[in-house]
Amino acid sequence: MGRKLLSTVLIHLLAWSVGLVWIVPLFGLFMTSIRPYGEVIYGWWNFSEFNPTFENFVRAWTHPTAALSAGMRNSLAIAIPATVVPILVASIAGYGFARFKFPIKNYLFITIVILMALPQQMIAVPIFRLMKELGLLDRYLGLIIVHSAWGIPWILFFMRNYFTTLPIEIEESAKVDGASDLVIFLRIVLPMCIPALVSAAVLQFMWVWSDFFLALILIYSPDKLLATQRLPLMKGVYFVDWGLLSAAAILVMAVPVLIFAFLQRYYIKGMVGWAMK
Amino acid sequence: MNPRLTKRLPRLKERLSQSLFLIPALALLATFVIYPVVYTVWLSFHSPSGGFSPLANYADVLSRREIINPRGFSQGFPLGALLHNFLWVLIHLPLTTFLGLVLAVILRNVKGGSVVKSAIFLGMVIPMIVGGLILRFMFDKYTGVVPAFLGLFGIPPKSWMVYPDTALLALIFGSVWLWTGFSMVLYSAGLGTIPRDYYEAAMIDGASPVRIFFSITLPLLRPITIVVVTMTILWELKIFDIVYVATMGGPGGASNVLALQMYFYAFRQLDPYRGSAVATFLMLLTLLVVIPMIRTLREAR
Repeated sequence: MGRKLLSTVLIHLLAWSVGLVWIVPLFGLFMTSIRPYGEVIYGWWNFSEFNPTFENFVRAWTHPTAALSAGMRNSLAIAIPATVVPILVASIAGYGFARFKFPIKNYLFITIVILMALPQQMIAVPIFRLMKELGLLDRYLGLIIVHSAWGIPWILFFMRNYFTTLPIEIEESAKVDGASDLVIFLRIVLPMCIPALVSAAVLQFMWVWSDFFLALILIYSPDKLLATQRLPLMKGVYFVDWGLLSAAAILVMAVPVLIFAFLQRYYIKGMVGWAMK
Repeated sequence: MNPRLTKRLPRLKERLSQSLFLIPALALLATFVIYPVVYTVWLSFHSPSGGFSPLANYADVLSRREIINPRGFSQGFPLGALLHNFLWVLIHLPLTTFLGLVLAVILRNVKGGSVVKSAIFLGMVIPMIVGGLILRFMFDKYTGVVPAFLGLFGIPPKSWMVYPDTALLALIFGSVWLWTGFSMVLYSAGLGTIPRDYYEAAMIDGASPVRIFFSITLPLLRPITIVVVTMTILWELKIFDIVYVATMGGPGGASNVLALQMYFYAFRQLDPYRGSAVATFLMLLTLLVVIPMIRTLREAR
C-alpha cells in the first residue's frame, strides 16, 4: 500500500511540474508585459522592483505605425465573414456528400480530403494574380473569399462525417411526407447539428484569426494590415522592445485563448473529429 | 406526354435540386484552390521566357545553395531549406509524439490533469506568429528562460537565434513546446476509447504495467499514432510563420525552410517560376505523407 501511495504522489508531482514548466514562458511573457522595461532588462524573474503598469498595452494598442486597435478590428472584419460563409457553403455540400448518390462522388470526396493537406504556398502566386485581375488585391473581400474557399475542404469533411452519424429515418419519413431536400436540410438536419456547427465555427474562426501567410501576400496597405501582420512590424531591427512586443503578443493571442477557454469542449471535439475518421 | 418522360421528370428535378447543394462549394474550390494549384504546377514547368521545360526549374532549385547546401555538411549551418525541414521532422516528430503519449498516459489518473492538459494545449491555440515571437523571447540572452536555466549549469547565456549554429535548433526544440499538446490531446481521446475490461483482464492475469502498455495500449492506439505522425509531419513541412517572425530564415539562411524560401523566390525576388517549383515540390512531399494515411485509415474501416 505504501509503495502505491508513493508512486501516486510521485506521478502527481511529475505531472504538475510538467504543467508548470509548460506555463513558465507564457507567465514570463505576461510578467514582461505588465512591467516597465527597466525592471525586466536582466530577466522578468527579477522581482527586486515590481511596479505593474498598463503602459506597454497602451503603447501596443496605439502604436504609431502598427496600432493593434486597428489591427484587431481588421482581423475581426475578416474572420467573422470568413467563418460564416464557408460553414454555410461547406455544410450544405457536406450534406450532399453524406446523403445523395451521384457519379464520381468518391473521387470528388478523396480529392477534397487531399486538398486538406495542401500548403498555402501552392496557391499563392495564382491567387495573387487572380485577385489583381478581379480588382480584389489589398481588399478584404478578396481575402475573405480565399479564406472561405480554403476552409471548405475540412469543414465539408468534418460536417459530412457528422451527418453520416445522424439517424436517416427522420429524413426519410419527412421525404415521404413530401418535404424537399432543402427543407429537410434546413428544418430537420441543421438544428440537430448545432454542436458540430459550433465546433467548426470555433476552429475556422481561430485559423482565420491566426493566419499570416495569406494576409501577407494579399493585404499590404499600412492601415489595412491585420493583427498578425502588425506583430513582426513592431520588432525593431537593432533593438527588440520586449515590453511592447509581449503586450502586443498577449493582445493578439487573447482572442483565440478566450474562445478556447469558454468553448474548449467544442474546440477539442472539432479538432479530434477533424483529425480522425 | 411520353409516359417514360413523366416518370423521369421528377427524378431529373430531384437531381437538379440536389446538385445545387454541391455547386457553391465546388465552384469556390475550383476557382480559388484547384485552378491555382494547376496554375502553379504549370508555372513550375515553364521558364521566364515562356518556354516549356518541365524539369529545368526543379533541377535549378534543387541545386541551389539555399535549398540544399552541400558545403554545410563540413562547415555547419546553413544546410539548406530542404534539409532544415528534414531536420525538423527528424527531431521534432519523435519528441512531440512520444512526449504527447507519455503525458496523455500520466495525466489520465492525475488530479488536476485537465488543467495541466489545457496549459500544455495552449501552444496549439495561440497564433503561430505569436508562437514564433515567444520562442524568440524564450531563447533571448536577457529575457529568455532557456539561456537562464542553462546558465545554472555553467553554460554562458547567449541569444540562440542570432547565431547560425543554434538558430534552427532553438526553433525546433522550441516548437516542441508549441506542438506537444496536439498529440497529447489526440492520445487522450484515444485512451478514453479503450475498454476498461481489457486492463482488468490483463491485471488479473498478472501482467505488469509496462507489459500492459506495450501489449494493449500501444497497439490499440495505432490509428491515432498514424494520424498524429501524419499531421505532425505536415505541420513540419509547411512551417512558415514561426520562422518568419523569429529569424526570417537567418542568420545567413541558417534557419531557412522551404515554405519561407518559396515566399522569398516568388514575392521578394519576383520569380514565380522558381517559387512555383518549390511550392510544387513541397506539395509532393505532403502528398507523400497524406496518401498512405488515407489508404491505411480506409483499410482499417
